[in-house]
Amino acid sequence: MTAAPIPKDAKPNIRELFSLSGATGPFIGLILLCVFLSIATDSFLSFRNFLNILDQITVLGILAVGMTFVILIGGIDLAVGSVLALAMMVLGYLNVTAGLPMGIAISGALLACALSGAFAGIMIAEFKVPAFIATLAMMSIARGVANMITNGSQIIGFPAWFNMGAIIRYGGFLTMTVAVMLVVFAAAILFQRYRQGGRELYAIGGNPEVARLAGISVKRKTIAVYTACSVLAGLAGVLLAARLDSVQPSSGVAYELDAIAAVVIGGTSLSGGTGGVGGTLIGVLIIGVLRNGLNLLSVSPFLQAVIIGAVILLAVVAETFKHRR
Amino acid sequence: MTQTGKTPILSLRGIRKSYGPIQVLHGIDLDVAPGEVVALLGENGAGKSTVSNVMSGTVLPSAGEMTWQGAPYAPANPREAIDAGVGMIHQELLLLPHMSIAENMFVGRYPMKAGRLDRREMERRAGAGLQRLGLDISPKRLVEGLSTASQQLIEIAKALTLGSKLLILDEPTAALGGEETKLLFKQIERVKAEGVGIVYISHRLEEIRQIADRIVVMRDGVKVEEFPSADVPVRQIVEAMVGRSMDQMFPPLATPTSETVLEIAGLSSPTGQFEDVNFTLKKGEILGVAGLVGAGRTELVRAIAGADAIKSGTITLNGKDVTPRSPKEAIQNGIVLVPEDRKLQGIIVDHKIRENIAYSNFDAVSTAGWISTKKVTAFADENIAKFGVKGSGRQNVGEMSGGNQQKVVIAKWLARNPKVVLLDEPTRGIDVGARSSIYEIIHELAEAGVAVIVVSSDLEEVLGVSNRILVMAAGRQAGILDHSEANDVSIIELATA
Repeated sequence: MTAAPIPKDAKPNIRELFSLSGATGPFIGLILLCVFLSIATDSFLSFRNFLNILDQITVLGILAVGMTFVILIGGIDLAVGSVLALAMMVLGYLNVTAGLPMGIAISGALLACALSGAFAGIMIAEFKVPAFIATLAMMSIARGVANMITNGSQIIGFPAWFNMGAIIRYGGFLTMTVAVMLVVFAAAILFQRYRQGGRELYAIGGNPEVARLAGISVKRKTIAVYTACSVLAGLAGVLLAARLDSVQPSSGVAYELDAIAAVVIGGTSLSGGTGGVGGTLIGVLIIGVLRNGLNLLSVSPFLQAVIIGAVILLAVVAETFKHRR
Repeated sequence: MTQTGKTPILSLRGIRKSYGPIQVLHGIDLDVAPGEVVALLGENGAGKSTVSNVMSGTVLPSAGEMTWQGAPYAPANPREAIDAGVGMIHQELLLLPHMSIAENMFVGRYPMKAGRLDRREMERRAGAGLQRLGLDISPKRLVEGLSTASQQLIEIAKALTLGSKLLILDEPTAALGGEETKLLFKQIERVKAEGVGIVYISHRLEEIRQIADRIVVMRDGVKVEEFPSADVPVRQIVEAMVGRSMDQMFPPLATPTSETVLEIAGLSSPTGQFEDVNFTLKKGEILGVAGLVGAGRTELVRAIAGADAIKSGTITLNGKDVTPRSPKEAIQNGIVLVPEDRKLQGIIVDHKIRENIAYSNFDAVSTAGWISTKKVTAFADENIAKFGVKGSGRQNVGEMSGGNQQKVVIAKWLARNPKVVLLDEPTRGIDVGARSSIYEIIHELAEAGVAVIVVSSDLEEVLGVSNRILVMAAGRQAGILDHSEANDVSIIELATA
């Protein structure tokens, strides 16, 4: 994004900013879920529990933002879970093992992610490798490199303030990690709705040839989207490292599937061109609230997996029916 | 009602169809006799497709009855219609590219022997089907890579092999060139001689007069006219279709200035689809580009618009070299292309009209990259009104008729106030009413000083709108004809030279 000031007539109007553009179904689902859990449990409906949910969805939320953009252009990124682990290990190596300051360590971690995302993007845009394959390969490569850094063992010993960022609630409610997630969501929604670059993603996802003929640099945008998705995965990795106060190369396994699930529940079409970050926020909240509520109800984790699977199906089937009408 | 005197093979009586409160067919009577070609005409939305869908079992009528070979006929689904002997050939061909011709012909009803697929029998029967149409292709060949015309004929062979006694052809020539159309017509004559009844749907009036025995015109779900022979002036058919008298299909010719705007010199494509093309275009001039399918017309305009690579040659605009490396460069220089395939290249069907217009006009609706929703709405609405798009900016483009979709594509590009506009088959698959308004837009463009290139397979159209006509043959520039010397014959001569 450029640093240009937002001109007056581009100022987002409130109604539009909160319009869910196709995610009304999931939103109603989320409300119903919250109502049900408020009645079924004593502890769900509390400010404290709400903050817990926000803490629990930070990593998934940031991954899902990047994934939304990738899916919006009709792609898929299977590598985000591995890239998250790569970011964590690079962070740990640079900060703890090499003793570099945290700022440099975080930059290094994000840079490593940017490179792997750009690489996958170039494979997809320039060499016409299907996104599924290119990111599947990157998933394996990133995981391998993450393991190679410490030969598979974890790194501990971050400075104390790092972990505090995930624990201290500034102003009584906001941890640093949650704040980062909220900023990412806000920036992504603004970008998607009001930046030319954001609208172009919809055109690319709708029909890449139409977009190209309309003068949009489809290849460059595609590479940028995969790079951004990877960097966001890296950022999620940094936040996860702060929450765990340690890093290990086995982190984030299958996180890509959670992220895809959140995006799909939020109403973004896997064929690209429709949906958006607003819906994804709902999708992430549904998964977060569901997990939290099922835990409060002491539902076994195995049954939880079954229920989440059913919710994914329900969301997509409901969407399909809505379109058929 | 039968003018032919023969017993009809299929009769429709009082067929009605409504979707909720909207009635789309108001009591249609129609007869098709064996060995007869009935042309079904009408503008988009007249109800032609609904009628053919009722006949082929895709749509159930709300009221009315049908008789097939003397017995009541009420197919509940396409399968029952096919089993009865009604074959429908859709505009979009439905062949599986990675399977052989024989497999395509028998998919879902493979001949079996001892519980497994009898490949030899299947290929023998497929071969016989192809023979029947005089097609010299091996049934073992994959469909992939066959020309559209061949695929069309294979669909027909498939329907006949399945025992069809009535064929419904929906816009069969929409994607065919002159030669291919001729081939198709020869096959239709052959099938007709075997006593198969044919319902032929098309927008191309000239070809209907060649092929049809009888013409039925529909408008707004009603059969408005039935011409007992095809020997009717085009004008009379058109007037029946649009329901008003058409003084003139084409606006007067544009009046070009003497100022040269565009100069194409020695332009060649890297794949050899066109070679050494040279011409100039004046301000306010309309240049038609004619030729057979595959002559390199589309490739030429795509190259000028930066959509395809150029091997050699230059494009000069107002004395400046503007040979583009991407569509973006051409657009920035004021050269825009209204592409051949609306749905694949022109619009995004699931997106709103407003968004579709904005995609090529971001600079007009944003400040420093920030898009103003208000500006998008105002800009789109202004152009929707200006180019006569019937619809609101909030509608998805996919919900609209072909003619309106094309107007959205035109609006999206003309809103940029370009200097050169390239239109590739601007009226393909569009009804007569929308067609004349597109000619009007083209005329106004030229009058406003824009240089226009119109590529078309419709000779009447090229002759009607162009100041000069560039004829291409097999990638070569066969010649440029002035309006005064151009006619069907001179164009065809050059195109087939």
